[in-house]
Amino acid sequence: MTDTAKIGARTAQPADWLGMARRYGAWLLLAAAFAVLPKIFASGTAHTMMSLMGIMIVFALSYNMLLGETGLLSFGHAVYYGLGGFLAVHAMNTLAHDALPVPVFLIPLVGGFSGLVFGIVFGSVSTRRGGTAFAMISLGLGELVASSSLILRSFFGGEEGFSTNRTKLFRVFDLSFGPQLQVYYLIAAWCLISMIAMYALTRTPFGRMCNAVRDNPERAQFVGYNPYTVRFIAFCLAGLFAGIAGGLAAINFELVNASVVGAGQSGTVLLAAYIGGIGNFIGPVIGAVLVTYLQVMLSDVTEIWQLYFGLLFIGMVMFAPGGIAGLIFMHEPLWHAGAYRVLFGRLIPAYLLALLPGLTALLGLILVIEMTFRLMVKASEGTGMSFFGVPLDAAAPVPWIAAAVLLVGGFYLFRRTWPLIADAWQAAHGEVQQARRRAA
Amino acid sequence: MNPAIELVDLRKNFGPTEIIRGVSLTIPLGERHAMIGPNGAGKSTLFNLISGRLTPTAGGIRFKGEDITGHKPYEINRRGLSRSFQVTNIFPRLSVWENIRCAVLWSLGYRYSFWHGINALADVRQRTEQILEEIHLADRRRIQAGVLTYAEQRALEIGITIAGGAEIILLDEPTAGMSHAETEDAVALIRKISAGRTLMMIEHDMGVVFDLADRISVLVYGQIIACDEPAKIKADPAVQQAYLGTAVAA
Amino acid sequence: MLELVIISTLNGVLYGMLLFLMASGLTLIFSMMGVLNFAHASFYMLGAFFGFQISQWLGFWPAFIVAPVLVGAIGALVERYGLRNVHRHGHVAELLFTFGLAFVIEELVQMIWGKVPVDYRVPPSLDFSAFTVFTTTYPAYKMFELLTAIAIFAVLLAVLTKTRVGLIIQAALTHPNMVAMLGHNVPRVFMLVFGVGTGLAAVAGVIAGPAFVTQSNMAAVLGPILFVVIVVGGLGSLSGAFVASLLIGLVQTFAVSVNFSISDLFAGMGYTPAAGTILHDLWEVTVAQIAPIIPYLMLVLILIFRPTGLLGKRET
Repeated sequence: MTDTAKIGARTAQPADWLGMARRYGAWLLLAAAFAVLPKIFASGTAHTMMSLMGIMIVFALSYNMLLGETGLLSFGHAVYYGLGGFLAVHAMNTLAHDALPVPVFLIPLVGGFSGLVFGIVFGSVSTRRGGTAFAMISLGLGELVASSSLILRSFFGGEEGFSTNRTKLFRVFDLSFGPQLQVYYLIAAWCLISMIAMYALTRTPFGRMCNAVRDNPERAQFVGYNPYTVRFIAFCLAGLFAGIAGGLAAINFELVNASVVGAGQSGTVLLAAYIGGIGNFIGPVIGAVLVTYLQVMLSDVTEIWQLYFGLLFIGMVMFAPGGIAGLIFMHEPLWHAGAYRVLFGRLIPAYLLALLPGLTALLGLILVIEMTFRLMVKASEGTGMSFFGVPLDAAAPVPWIAAAVLLVGGFYLFRRTWPLIADAWQAAHGEVQQARRRAA
Repeated sequence: MNPAIELVDLRKNFGPTEIIRGVSLTIPLGERHAMIGPNGAGKSTLFNLISGRLTPTAGGIRFKGEDITGHKPYEINRRGLSRSFQVTNIFPRLSVWENIRCAVLWSLGYRYSFWHGINALADVRQRTEQILEEIHLADRRRIQAGVLTYAEQRALEIGITIAGGAEIILLDEPTAGMSHAETEDAVALIRKISAGRTLMMIEHDMGVVFDLADRISVLVYGQIIACDEPAKIKADPAVQQAYLGTAVAA
Repeated sequence: MLELVIISTLNGVLYGMLLFLMASGLTLIFSMMGVLNFAHASFYMLGAFFGFQISQWLGFWPAFIVAPVLVGAIGALVERYGLRNVHRHGHVAELLFTFGLAFVIEELVQMIWGKVPVDYRVPPSLDFSAFTVFTTTYPAYKMFELLTAIAIFAVLLAVLTKTRVGLIIQAALTHPNMVAMLGHNVPRVFMLVFGVGTGLAAVAGVIAGPAFVTQSNMAAVLGPILFVVIVVGGLGSLSGAFVASLLIGLVQTFAVSVNFSISDLFAGMGYTPAAGTILHDLWEVTVAQIAPIIPYLMLVLILIFRPTGLLGKRET
């Protein structure tokens, strides 16, 4: 009797205004941020980049529905993104041609529908196996679709692909969606809707069972769930949102060709989601923003930016498998326990102290790579180059010695700071334990 | 009334090796049945066959009169049979709360719903609370299951097994590796959860077996050599020779 | 016609053998260590490029010996200092590590040798025709490739079945923990298997480079086909990989020489689908044109009818 009364008391939920404000407030804040960002970063480049980020966020979040939530590693997710884009382009061309009253901001629905349909078709065979087999199957299917682009020329348009014009569609409120700013708001709106939808999905019985199947597909069977069905539904929904991202991309670029379904695109979204962190909902968002930024900015700075990308990825797999979000949320127990003094007084200063030699070593490494690149590939253009504004000759010994000093010296000092960080964490753990005991 | 579980000349071979060689057993509803036997006798294999983890080579399994031979584990579970595992088989990255919650979902009818917000479902919350209370893990609910102590994980294992409200529960060595005190707690828990249900249990701890069981089967080399009340099993010379040893503590 | 069949069979078997050279190493690594080496085709590519570079300096035959050994050594180092550290994070992390590795290797190869094919040529000592089949001459180099592959398999089989190390490897294939408890240095065996596996892929690269094209996208083209081979054959099954390699090798080779399309089938009927539609594309495409995607079509078929692969036994 008393037990049930206790249960009742614990589960009765009065209007939890603070909790609700925290939950919905975050989304409202995000919406406000989306609305205000283009005013803060007002240049055309910024608007373009933010549009790209919006598309990538939806794509990466859809990818994480598979990897982070359900444990399905896919090497061919771009199929649903790209096919969504193709269908969107064809739809836009048909709508413009036949002058049908469908405005351009509904086009992502076409992409989503395409992603869902293809998700169902391909998912029915792909999701029969999990783990490594699933990864290989996704790779094979991705190649199948990408290679089909040269055969089904009427749909894929061969090497050039298809172009479209988003301003030719039916206009509502006289919005042509020609200017990049208008496209940004369209993308931002769809990005927000998609983010909310995908987040809500994680908070459903299905979403929870995805996590269960990820952790222990066998046990999930013994509590009544068929892992194949769970994976299949996850796959279809992930395809849907990838298709939405593809539709947004079609609107943004007004062009699709076979590269959008290719292995490169699949690899990019994998990298983005993983580097951001697959263990948290916000991870892929971080990854999408970072990867888009690097893609746009780095390609102007160095020709071999993809190499750095790959090295960053390997580094994360080896040393920080939780991604950036994982690294941040590692500190969540400290925040939760109120251990601010240790956090800000010891831990963060230790990080900053380690950052300096760490960056130095990194600089040395980059210098070595850049000089090697210049000597091997660009030797015909001369060995002079500019490194962060400093002119130097890659064939001369001095820059090499400097690079060696930076790399070796920096790394040595970097390692010397590790005990500081370890000690700070020890203190932090102590504080967390104390806080827990006080609360218990 | 149909018996809870009926095994009809069940056989299982792995390649040329016969592990289960013709097991026939009838367990009536409401019985607490223990299965004992030396290591390698095939007890876990039998559980795997009944729960659908393995497919029999020959023979039949009936669950409340219905044939479930060769059915998938989730199909069998949905009919009302649930099992625990000898090697703890939980969801390591989910919290204790989440572990139990996943186990109650199907029985409450939510299936693959992605249109219900799970935190708003009062029945899910209440049932999960209830189970957590029963297994005494209510104040460890936020801890990630993978970092629990061994005994806590065993309790969670049982919790996941009973959370769906199954009528027939199979427990595979529930007290393995437990201290004396922990075993006593586990026995009390098992007694409570098996009230009004059918229980089948593999155990090596004879104290637990004789304490809980209505009937005991003895499995040796894939065959049941005896199946009777505890007192008669204790006195059976064949059982003594095969398993209990000739000098048996009373 | 018969000539075409004979030549295609020879070429198909050769292609299949090269595929198996790679697939066998991949399967050994997967069976033993549970990790699917996504970068396996990258080691093939490294073999080709190292073979090219060394043959520029020292000639083909030294390259034939040195390049695979070099690549195998790199593979062993990758296992020792890279993969072993990632092992504790699980299979997904291992697969992602090898994926990142493939990415980086491709970038490095592009950086060093550029994006255009390199002039890796058949050595003059083998640049003659071995025999003639009706009107077509069959190059001696291809026979050399075939014989090398067969010789390697013979050696591998002998090592696996007749030597002590081979026995340990066979045991560790299915029961690595048990083997470790028997006192064998399982991590060292892992390093050896990884090094040999990647070395095998490199051999395939060294000998295939002159016959096919040596270019920085080699791994990206062959990698997916390689993984299709092992899924179709059955993950973890060497014999399955063998059958699947030959099957895909033969089917693809034969397909390339078939210029047949559906429209040829219905040529007399006077029906052609409207141009610019998908049906038209499918109608007009020849078997030769779809040859590159035949492995993937086979993958889909296997998945529908026999998901565990032709001879597969492992459920991952």
